[in-house]
Amino acid sequence: MNLKQKFLGAAAMLALTAGAAAAEPGLIIDLGGKFDKSFNESAFNGAQRWVAETGGEYVETELANEAQREQTMRRMAERGANPIVVLGFANASALSEVAPDYPDTNFAIIDVDWLGDLPNVRQIAFSEHEGSYLVGMMAAKASETGTVSFVGGMDVPLIRKFACGYAQGVLAANPEATVIANMTGTTPTAWNDPVRGAELTRSQISQGADVVYAAAGGTGIGVLQAAADEDILSIGVDSNQNFLHPGEVLTSMLKRVDNAVYDVFSAGAEGFEAGVVRMDLSNRGVGIALDGFNEAIVPFSMLSEVYAAADQIVSGGLTVHDYTSDDSCPVLTF
Amino acid sequence: MDLLGVLQILDSTVRMATPLLLACLAGLFSERAGIFDIGLEGKMLMAAFFAAAFAAFTGNVWIGLLAAIAASLALSLLHGLASITFRGNQLISGVAINFLAAGVTVVIGQAWFDLGGRTPALEGAGRFQEVTLPFADALAPVPVFGPIYAELISGHSPLVYVALLFVPLSWWVLFRTRFGLRLRAVGENPAAVDTAGVSVVALRFYAVGICGVLCGIAGAYLATGLAAGFVKDMSAGRGFIALAALIFAKWRPWYALYACLLFGFLEAIGNRFQSIELLGIAVPSQFMQALPYILTVVILAGFVGKAIPPRAGGEPYVKER
Repeated sequence: MNLKQKFLGAAAMLALTAGAAAAEPGLIIDLGGKFDKSFNESAFNGAQRWVAETGGEYVETELANEAQREQTMRRMAERGANPIVVLGFANASALSEVAPDYPDTNFAIIDVDWLGDLPNVRQIAFSEHEGSYLVGMMAAKASETGTVSFVGGMDVPLIRKFACGYAQGVLAANPEATVIANMTGTTPTAWNDPVRGAELTRSQISQGADVVYAAAGGTGIGVLQAAADEDILSIGVDSNQNFLHPGEVLTSMLKRVDNAVYDVFSAGAEGFEAGVVRMDLSNRGVGIALDGFNEAIVPFSMLSEVYAAADQIVSGGLTVHDYTSDDSCPVLTF
Repeated sequence: MDLLGVLQILDSTVRMATPLLLACLAGLFSERAGIFDIGLEGKMLMAAFFAAAFAAFTGNVWIGLLAAIAASLALSLLHGLASITFRGNQLISGVAINFLAAGVTVVIGQAWFDLGGRTPALEGAGRFQEVTLPFADALAPVPVFGPIYAELISGHSPLVYVALLFVPLSWWVLFRTRFGLRLRAVGENPAAVDTAGVSVVALRFYAVGICGVLCGIAGAYLATGLAAGFVKDMSAGRGFIALAALIFAKWRPWYALYACLLFGFLEAIGNRFQSIELLGIAVPSQFMQALPYILTVVILAGFVGKAIPPRAGGEPYVKER
């Protein structure tokens, strides 16, 4: 063993001990950015809530591009963060490579449930179709023209799952209704194109739509803006977006990524449980947003029907079709 | 489909074509003078950010427009400095500008507004409002012409009319003035211009300056005309589509208008119809989105007439080798 190897060995030992001592949870913010008023921001808020309540510290990184996924996960694992939360389905393949290399580090991944039996990975999937079903019912009840619309971000199965649940909810509340569904694009720029989002919304309005549901990240800001400009109602997504245009956003489909992150952080390295976790209506993983900004435009009759449907879904009396289960939607063609 | 539906698509075409047209004319001036500019995207993005930021600070969209032009001009001069004064590679300088803009907008935005690189939503005088041309309401009941005037021609942001005015103006400047002749000559044969005693460097700087102003207007239109605020990476590849349009237009102003309207039309159609039935075959909207690039490749391959770029394009001018 020459001198160089000794140094390397010493450095590695140091890194290992440092890692064991820290054991802070880690959060890798996905593309789209920490303050996207939506998915990532929700995760960030969950982490912040954990910090506020426990006074703990955590490690955070923000991805700048697609190529950094695996490298960022490895770096965070080597810094000793545990457990590490990664956001979004696009990380699935990278995580399935990385996780076996760090058997002592726990990982949690949001929006993924297909990685199989990895002993140190918690896979958290949301039932977006159930929440979307509820806002779809509200859209159909609020619509006067009988035509409602949907603007998706990047055309991926996850977003089609939103659209499909929404369309089912609309048709359940009004079987005569028409649902117009558009996707912004097929590349990641589709998450950050408010101009195209607004243009899609105007096009849908000219086809008669008077309620629009946006599941499109930053693009959704343009959708909600165009809806407010043209005096129609809109529905936000992921985080509560009701405040963006008070009185003009009917509701927001909440996806409690914050709760998921908070739970993983609270359990810590000791209480970590691997396996697939489903966040749905029954455990408040998804839901609708009701606050001071929209209570005046959501009548009680609408709410009671929505709650009744939610009860039925929870009790199993009503099943909402999940697009990702068979890659098809019975009520909507893409 | 009825007249109103057609008009709505054409209306959308005009909105989508305007930022492309401004960026395309910007590239036209720069490339006609021999400076390739793939930094159109970055300049537009930077302009969009400063337009939204200053409109948010002051509540006045015109101040936003001026800030946008200034920011875009600054990047143009940087491009000029690198590629004209220091004779660097124009493509590399352009790429650098794109990266610079993508990063700087978010960093400054976060520092100023603490919204993760977004700007606050703009309201009222902070945005370009739609202009109703005279007699639009009075003429609206007139069959055919009325709706066309009221729906399609009237009711756009002022920058749309500015962009359209720039087409004949660019043509006149480039092909009917001494300055335009020299500018085109500098892109074809800078040595000849130099021999005639005209400064190549100054002419090229004028050209990138004009390019900066036009990109500034394009960016301001994105953030304060079409949208109501800045979102990171909101130019979403429009600078590259504008470059494609420039090649498609064979570096001519009027053709640039037609190319941008065509590309805008394809986008409007893609927005309106998720898939179109043509001769019994369903054409997906993704194909519509890809069509501008496909058409550009077809043009470049020489199928629809040849597109010949300015001869000295991309080469820094070195006096007395």
